[in-house]
Amino acid sequence: MSRNVSITLQNTADARPIIDAIRADNPTAEIADFPSMVKIDCPGRLVIKQDSVSERLGREWDVQEIHLSMISLSGNIDEDDDQFVIAWN
Amino acid sequence: MSLQIQTIDIAPRRQTFAYLARRFGEDRPATRYEEATYDVQARANFHYRPVWAPEYEIHDTRRTAIEMADWYAFRDPRQFYYATYNISRAAMHQALDANFDTVEDRDMLARVAPEWRQKVQDYLIPLRHFEWGANQNNFLIADYGYGTQITSAAAFHAADRLGMAQIIGRIGLALDGNTGDSLAAGKTAWLDAPRWQGIRRMLEDSFVADDWFEVFVAQNLAMDGILHPLLFDKFDAEGLNHNGAAFTMLSEFMVEWFKDSRRWVDACVKTAAAESDANKARLNDWYATWSSRAVEAATPLAEHVLGADGAATVADELNGRAAAAGLSVS
Repeated sequence: MSRNVSITLQNTADARPIIDAIRADNPTAEIADFPSMVKIDCPGRLVIKQDSVSERLGREWDVQEIHLSMISLSGNIDEDDDQFVIAWN
Repeated sequence: MSLQIQTIDIAPRRQTFAYLARRFGEDRPATRYEEATYDVQARANFHYRPVWAPEYEIHDTRRTAIEMADWYAFRDPRQFYYATYNISRAAMHQALDANFDTVEDRDMLARVAPEWRQKVQDYLIPLRHFEWGANQNNFLIADYGYGTQITSAAAFHAADRLGMAQIIGRIGLALDGNTGDSLAAGKTAWLDAPRWQGIRRMLEDSFVADDWFEVFVAQNLAMDGILHPLLFDKFDAEGLNHNGAAFTMLSEFMVEWFKDSRRWVDACVKTAAAESDANKARLNDWYATWSSRAVEAATPLAEHVLGADGAATVADELNGRAAAAGLSVS
């Protein structure tokens, strides 16, 4: 069993497309809703894809925009134009 | 003394409005776009039929030959509701104002070759009357259409068209030193110049088409799909050979707008065509009629500006769009 990685996002209209994209792209992710935030745990590796979020948002989404909605995370990050990956190296 | 901080987790009783939970079959948080567009079409408690069309209810799905089991299938890929629409257009207008300032500060219009200034006067300024017509047609869709998803997007689209007519007016005023002469000449060209009469006739015929979805295909798919790429892509590229970069900057709004709006237009046509074969046959008829008219009407203008037939190449692009939306293109 690999260790969990985790990301916590604000529970806002801006973050919801990101959360939906994570839910679609990471079948093993466990998503816990709280009144003001959403905590997502996923064993081993969690990926947030630029095109999945753009499709749900209805416009081009810059991966950097995730920082506007992010509260916390744990894991090593690999970030480029197409995706934001959290994993343990 | 120690201070103990406790949190109480209060679970909300519901995540969204009941009408959305019923539609989605689950109680999940909805986006603002979904809240603003799904199932909000007014449909009950109208006691009297309109005196000007007593065969219909005030809001009636039978005003078009297109039939949909669910009129809320026309999801806008841009997810425009009031706020997102305004944020997007405010940013585009800010860029436009900056471009106007740059062109005026550097006196860029003075460097455009005189023969190209005349061409721009001939092909661009009269287009403001076409844009006004497109505004009327889209408000007709918003008025007679059914289902808030397509009618609200059509109303935004109509407002864009009036905005673009104004931008073309501003370009005209920049050309003639704020005298308004170019606008008057543009109106004369729209009414009298032979190269505009095909376009004017086509637009005026679309004003009297009864079926609002036919107007959608005629205006937003066929006429715009020919004229916008022709003027703001093909003509503009030719203008760069005549130092016309100033006009490229001033018409950037229209280029951005077209890229944005065609996603919505294509998505609506695709949705209607995918619904049934009867819809597809209707759409094919309308598309065949109006797209061939649009190419024919635009040809004299293309010959005047390019000295060659540029309308045929944009027609290929438009046919590609129509085929991708599920229409059969002959």
